[in-house]
Amino acid sequence: MTVLSAVRVGPLARVNPVAKLATVLTTSVVLIATIDWVSAAVALALECVLLLAARLPLGVVVRRTLPLVIAAPLAGITTVLYGQTSGHTYWQWWLVEVSDGSISLGLATALRILAIGVPAIVLFITIDPTDLADGLAQIVRLPARFVIGALAGLRLVGLFVEDWRALELSRRARGVADGGAARRTVGQTFALLVLSIRRGSKLATAMEARGFGADGPRTWARHSQLAARDWGVFGLGIVVAAVSVAVSVATGSWNFVFA
Amino acid sequence: MSSASGPCAIRASGWGWRHAGRARWALTDIELSVEPGERVLLLGASGSGKSTLLSAFAGVLGGDEEGEERGTLSLDGTDPSRQRGRSGLLMQDPDAQVVLARVGDDVAFGCENLGVPRQEIWSRVRHALDAVGLDLPLDHPTEALSGGQKQRLALAGILAMRPGLLLLDEPTANLDPDGVIEVRDAVAAVLADTGATLVVVEHRVDVWRDLVDRVIVLDDDGAVLADGAPAIVLADSDSALRQAGVWIPGAVSIEPAGEHRRSADAELLIEAQALTVARRRSTFVGGPVDLAVYERSATVVTGANGSGKSTLALTLGGLIPEHAGTVHARAALRGDASPSPIRWRSRQLLTRIGSVFQSPEHQFIAQTVRAELAVGPRALRLGPVEVARRVDELLVRLRLDALADANPYTLSGGQKRRLSVATALATRPKMLVLDEPTFGQDANTWRELVEILGELRDAGHAIVAVSHDALLAPALNATEWSMPRARAYDHDDAATGPDALAARVVRGGGR
Repeated sequence: MTVLSAVRVGPLARVNPVAKLATVLTTSVVLIATIDWVSAAVALALECVLLLAARLPLGVVVRRTLPLVIAAPLAGITTVLYGQTSGHTYWQWWLVEVSDGSISLGLATALRILAIGVPAIVLFITIDPTDLADGLAQIVRLPARFVIGALAGLRLVGLFVEDWRALELSRRARGVADGGAARRTVGQTFALLVLSIRRGSKLATAMEARGFGADGPRTWARHSQLAARDWGVFGLGIVVAAVSVAVSVATGSWNFVFA
Repeated sequence: MSSASGPCAIRASGWGWRHAGRARWALTDIELSVEPGERVLLLGASGSGKSTLLSAFAGVLGGDEEGEERGTLSLDGTDPSRQRGRSGLLMQDPDAQVVLARVGDDVAFGCENLGVPRQEIWSRVRHALDAVGLDLPLDHPTEALSGGQKQRLALAGILAMRPGLLLLDEPTANLDPDGVIEVRDAVAAVLADTGATLVVVEHRVDVWRDLVDRVIVLDDDGAVLADGAPAIVLADSDSALRQAGVWIPGAVSIEPAGEHRRSADAELLIEAQALTVARRRSTFVGGPVDLAVYERSATVVTGANGSGKSTLALTLGGLIPEHAGTVHARAALRGDASPSPIRWRSRQLLTRIGSVFQSPEHQFIAQTVRAELAVGPRALRLGPVEVARRVDELLVRLRLDALADANPYTLSGGQKRRLSVATALATRPKMLVLDEPTFGQDANTWRELVEILGELRDAGHAIVAVSHDALLAPALNATEWSMPRARAYDHDDAATGPDALAARVVRGGGR
């Protein structure tokens, strides 16, 4: 399942997924709390430096962040055109109004999307689902039944993709694929649901037969714990957030959204 | 948690089970006692409740909401559902049993659930992988395994739990001949190593015959019909077993069905030249194949799991485009349509090429068997009288008339297979492409399918079947083609080109 395979190179591969999750969450919360272009620009600059240090394959990073790199300027331009007007107005046409205020807001929006999105994507593509499940169960202490169940279910996603394709081809073979696409999709979705439930219940039986859900304590073959390296990554996240806030406050552009 | 070890004993007394919502008991009055270390082959017709019995031994039948139980059943004197880990269940579908993404983790899964300490888990994992002969790194992706390897992986996962009872539910039904031997040998090695009790359910007696020391036969009503040493039971209940569709030696005749002789004037229907096939542009490539299909002929394409046989069937069937090379439909097949089947409209396929998929369930689109058969004729815009005539004829011919109003999903495996073939026949295609038509079928269904395919061929249709069933080609007196051996494939890397090997004719038929 290509969709789920993690990038396992560079120093990030050995960082506990729980630490990555925590890092992304803290920096995001801080960056969401303000709307100014300075904090976002500083954060993004620092992140780019760290990204280089992570030594991930450039092609993969570009491919995975591409949607974001396209979406961020679009969101920025939309904000420039329609955003809240203030200061000097440069151009106006019907609802469109480009002003000092909307330009800086547009810039801030585009940078913020990148500053929050890029590290999230980069950290997530290096997360192996199995390692994440280990961490969530052993460190965050989420219930094992839930975490392992979800992990095993995730593996079925690839099979669903295959099932969907087979359903599609079989409709062509049965002579009903020339028209009525909407109705066919509904029928196919229902068929996929039936197949998924069957696959799911077979997997559940297989897991049960291997003692899943048995009474008594469960052990973990893979030990998941937070090491110095993990705290280091989390610390770097805090530093990025703190420096961007500090620069933003020092330059007077800090703009707390909840104020 | 039971701390018992060593081979396990099974006792059943007046035991029966009825699935929730069913009127009929799946199993009744099971009176049975299996001693520690015994190796039992469990036989019976499809639907006789063999799998249910294995699930009961494994303790995974579920509670009161799943069904009703009567009598008693015990492993070492205790209820099986309170003895998790005492038994290990290997099921039929290799894809349904892989739990985790890496080989080592998957084997460790059972041990974790049983609370085995970490250091001990990994030594058990290595030992188990060793015992089943899976010589792979612990972080090898489970997804990249073949069917036979997946079954051996599941067996290793069971073995690591150190069960006293191995329960195998048709563990080789979905495998190619190499995979069957792999799994059988792994089980033999495990038994030699642990001395565990074995209960195996399987249609194909010859695979397990030498490994078991006792055979139990269930009748259609789920009661014990015969029980004893293999040589005696297999000889005694020969006719009963034959009726039950069990694959005893000589269960099916491989005398060619029909008086087949390809006439010199048979028209060429379709031709594949330097054809390589792929599910998607970027994935694994099978081929190259050079193949010519004539009317009034049968062709069986063989090859290992993963050699691209199924993809070849889809490509020849006009369902997916060629990866490279050409599929060229001749005038006798295409009529007024384009020479390239992939360009045909869905409706144009119906009278030209019928496809029968490996999994019948992917093909069902109606609520009843009758409606399912009417889908194709209706798409051809035939009149209601003609549609009804064709449907009724097929219902009788494929013995589905009693099930006309049943939902296709509720049929048994053999019935589903017959229905999926019937749906393709309803529009009378000149060529029929079947993917593993005899897959997992009992001997009765097998015989019926071969008869139907033989009749169709004699009536002038072309039959193309991809299959790893070694009996099929001789029984159809078919031309046999072998797919070139698959190259190792990588998930992310696009395959770069066809293998240098060409498909070769193994055995020319029809002379």
